[in-house]
Amino acid sequence: MADVAQSGSGTTDLAEAQTTFRRSHGSDLAARGEPFLWGMGGALAFGMTMIVGFVAMVLYFGLTTFWPKPIEVVTLMDGKVIAGEPLRQERYRPTADQLAAENETVRQAIAADLGFATRTLYHLGNYDFYGDDFRWVPDFQAKQTERPAGLVLVERQEWGAFIGHISAITVKGSKIEGDALTPEVLAAAHVEARARRERLHDIENGRIADVNHEMEALRLQARRAVLDYGTGTPGQIAAQAEVDRRTAELQAGYTTLAAEAQIIKAEEAANTVTFREIGGATKVYPLSAIVRYFESNDLGLGGSLAVYGARWWEYLTAEPREANTEGGVAPAIFGTVVMTLVMSLLVAPFGVITALYLREYAKQGRIVSIVRISVNNLAGVPSIVYGVFGLGFFAYILGGSIDALFFPERLPSPTFGTGGLLWSALTLALLTVPVVIVATEEALSAVPRSMREGSLACGASKWQTIRYIVLPRAAPGIMTGLILAMARGAGEVAPLMLVGVVKLAPQLPFDLNWPFAHLERSFMHLGFHIFDVGFQSRNSEAGRPMVFVTTLVLIVIVLLLNVSAIAIRNRLKRRFQGSQF
Amino acid sequence: MSVTAAAAVEKSAPPVFLPPVYHDRQSASGVQLEIKDFCLWYGQSQALHDININVQKGMVTALIGPSGCGKSTLLRSLNRMNDLIDNLRTTGQVTLEGEPLFGNKVDVIALRKRMGMVFQKPNPFPMTIAENVVYPLKVDGVTDKALLQEAVEKSLRGAALWDEVKDRLNQSALGLSGGQQQRLCIARAIAGNPDVLLMDEPCSALDPIATLKIEELIDELKGNYTIVIVTHNMQQAGRVSDNTAFMYLGHLIEYGATDVLFTTPKAAKTEEYITGRFG
Ligand SMILES: Nc1ncnc2c1ncn2[C@@H]1O[C@H](COP(=O)(O)OP(=O)(O)OP(=O)(O)O)[C@@H](O)[C@H]1O
Ligand SMILES: [Mg+2]
Repeated sequence: MADVAQSGSGTTDLAEAQTTFRRSHGSDLAARGEPFLWGMGGALAFGMTMIVGFVAMVLYFGLTTFWPKPIEVVTLMDGKVIAGEPLRQERYRPTADQLAAENETVRQAIAADLGFATRTLYHLGNYDFYGDDFRWVPDFQAKQTERPAGLVLVERQEWGAFIGHISAITVKGSKIEGDALTPEVLAAAHVEARARRERLHDIENGRIADVNHEMEALRLQARRAVLDYGTGTPGQIAAQAEVDRRTAELQAGYTTLAAEAQIIKAEEAANTVTFREIGGATKVYPLSAIVRYFESNDLGLGGSLAVYGARWWEYLTAEPREANTEGGVAPAIFGTVVMTLVMSLLVAPFGVITALYLREYAKQGRIVSIVRISVNNLAGVPSIVYGVFGLGFFAYILGGSIDALFFPERLPSPTFGTGGLLWSALTLALLTVPVVIVATEEALSAVPRSMREGSLACGASKWQTIRYIVLPRAAPGIMTGLILAMARGAGEVAPLMLVGVVKLAPQLPFDLNWPFAHLERSFMHLGFHIFDVGFQSRNSEAGRPMVFVTTLVLIVIVLLLNVSAIAIRNRLKRRFQGSQF
Repeated sequence: MSVTAAAAVEKSAPPVFLPPVYHDRQSASGVQLEIKDFCLWYGQSQALHDININVQKGMVTALIGPSGCGKSTLLRSLNRMNDLIDNLRTTGQVTLEGEPLFGNKVDVIALRKRMGMVFQKPNPFPMTIAENVVYPLKVDGVTDKALLQEAVEKSLRGAALWDEVKDRLNQSALGLSGGQQQRLCIARAIAGNPDVLLMDEPCSALDPIATLKIEELIDELKGNYTIVIVTHNMQQAGRVSDNTAFMYLGHLIEYGATDVLFTTPKAAKTEEYITGRFG
């Protein structure tokens, strides 16, 4: 067939060529599109590999970090003994200095290995004893390695982990050591000490903090009176008297609480624990400084599971300690979720209304096109620029004005005039609004014209048509936009560092003090937590596992937020499904 | 096509349109819609030329003509649906029982409430069957449960759909068959109790049985409603309508009693069309 066509086109007689032309049967590879299929498959496989690899890595490190590791005791060539958790091994090339310090056999062995040797990283803990809690041990320096029973790993309130032995405790001043220090005695004393610490924490951070809060409120009230009436006027004097009277009352309450706290502190001092590290050095701490302790090498599966569960529980529910590298991330989880929800609440109406106007009401023309292009391009502005804008406009200008108008008594310390949850949510809303606008416009234009006409023909006004027909029909598409915006917002860190995220927030943005929601407060965020722990802390080796754990938690939270949004969307969608005759 | 043939088309004079022929049947109750010297332009191109039709009250008026002759355009002008189109211009006037439809002072929404419209493709809303039917009432702000329930039953009975859906009123309307959906749209159109029903090829997406049902329905509805129906189906026009208007290239060619127009058309073009010589 092809021959006929070719010979036809080869002749000068065009008419004849046309009459004899036949479509060639079969087709070549390019026409069948197979190479494109391979390309598409390859691209998909490549993308999937990267995503799966990333998720698998986060999962692996995130899930294994809290599993208790065995403790190894290493006797070094020079006779020193160290104890620690082996973290990982690597091959490295010892430097000339290091080689020079070794004997001939070692040097020969390394030379035979092309100059490489193996070393192991140990987590020694005991920062207070050694001034460092990680140590690389080259294999050629280790004379003997064993995993003896009885070694204890202690997680402490301060100074990180301790690895060694608990040699003695004092309970109410009397010392218990040696055989008298049975596990039961230690456990009972520890439980009691933790309960006492809990009580102290409750008094200091709960009740005394409440009193302080009220005193501060009174101080502001007095200041307000000065600003309102002027110093020395009868109004101000009366207000001052009232404030003084109430302050005195509070002061009395404070004194009793402080006395109570003092008693508990004295008890604390009478209950101590003595740690003895593997080399024999000892240190004494309050018993309540122990968060949890266990004999790593004698745990068994049940014991390991219990420690694993307890560590996760602490991580998810407790406040951080040790510059965020230990303890929990509960405030950060809370901050992330609240900020994302507030952002969604802000961005949804804003984006939807803008898109509605652009698509339904604005006269389509050059100006609307320019607006649309600008909105789309906003999505490409680096997020840190939004942070700068948020700080300058929201916090300083808007917040500063709010402070001057509504909170003059608190100046010069800012209330809204500094970074906070509200400004962060607003900044992220601004950052994500293009996504919502584009998705909403898309969803609105996908509503069939016949539906609108049907509604208008029933005598509905334009607004009624939008309200009853267009918006419900577009709702799933709008939700998709919101889901994308939420995912983007929850994972954003850079702008937040400027407008309200802090390393350690003194208070949650919600509490029991009126008005309950304190959106002006700064807050903690998982994304920033990752950055801070991983790259800003004293010891990046200590922070590293936490980076993965926190990443895992952040991914799970974003996933949960998205899944709930998708569930809502699917409920909306189901209403509009039907047979298409 | 050869060069000479193209030139011949180029040179051939535009068709000459004689004044329309009228022999329409008059209704005892008078004229419902009076279309007077109505012209319509989409931008520069004129789609309707000097249309003059008196739509008789309580009768069925069919609009026929080859594709693109302006039937839908005319029908959609009657309830100002064409307002949605940019660059649309009209001259002339249409009056609904003496009241003008075009002009700045006309309340378009009030006007549309007096006209029900059924579209070529069924367009039920993504709501339940009952909600669909009472949509015009919802728009009017009626919330009285009993009243709404009554309207649902009455309209669905009116659209000959009640028996088929009375047990599933609270299910999605999108689950109905195409024919049922179209009758639902008719029910919705009559739920607002309009004076006029406008139907644009209501049966074109339906099978013969569903078509028959809708034709029977039209037969029942006429008298209570004035119906204007666009159809491509000559038999259908013959079966359901009292008067028929034949349009061609935006012009009205003949407007007359249906039986006369189909048996002894007065205009040559009409005869050519109904005997199937073009179109
Ligand atoms: N929105 C529009 N913009 C510009 N021209 C239009 C528009 N709608 C229709 N027209 C033109 O107006 C003329 C009449 O169209 P109309 O839809 O009224 O025809 P019709 O008689 O309903 O045809 P059919 O039987 O195929 O539905 C056609 O030439 C069409 O191209
Ligand atoms: Mg049409």
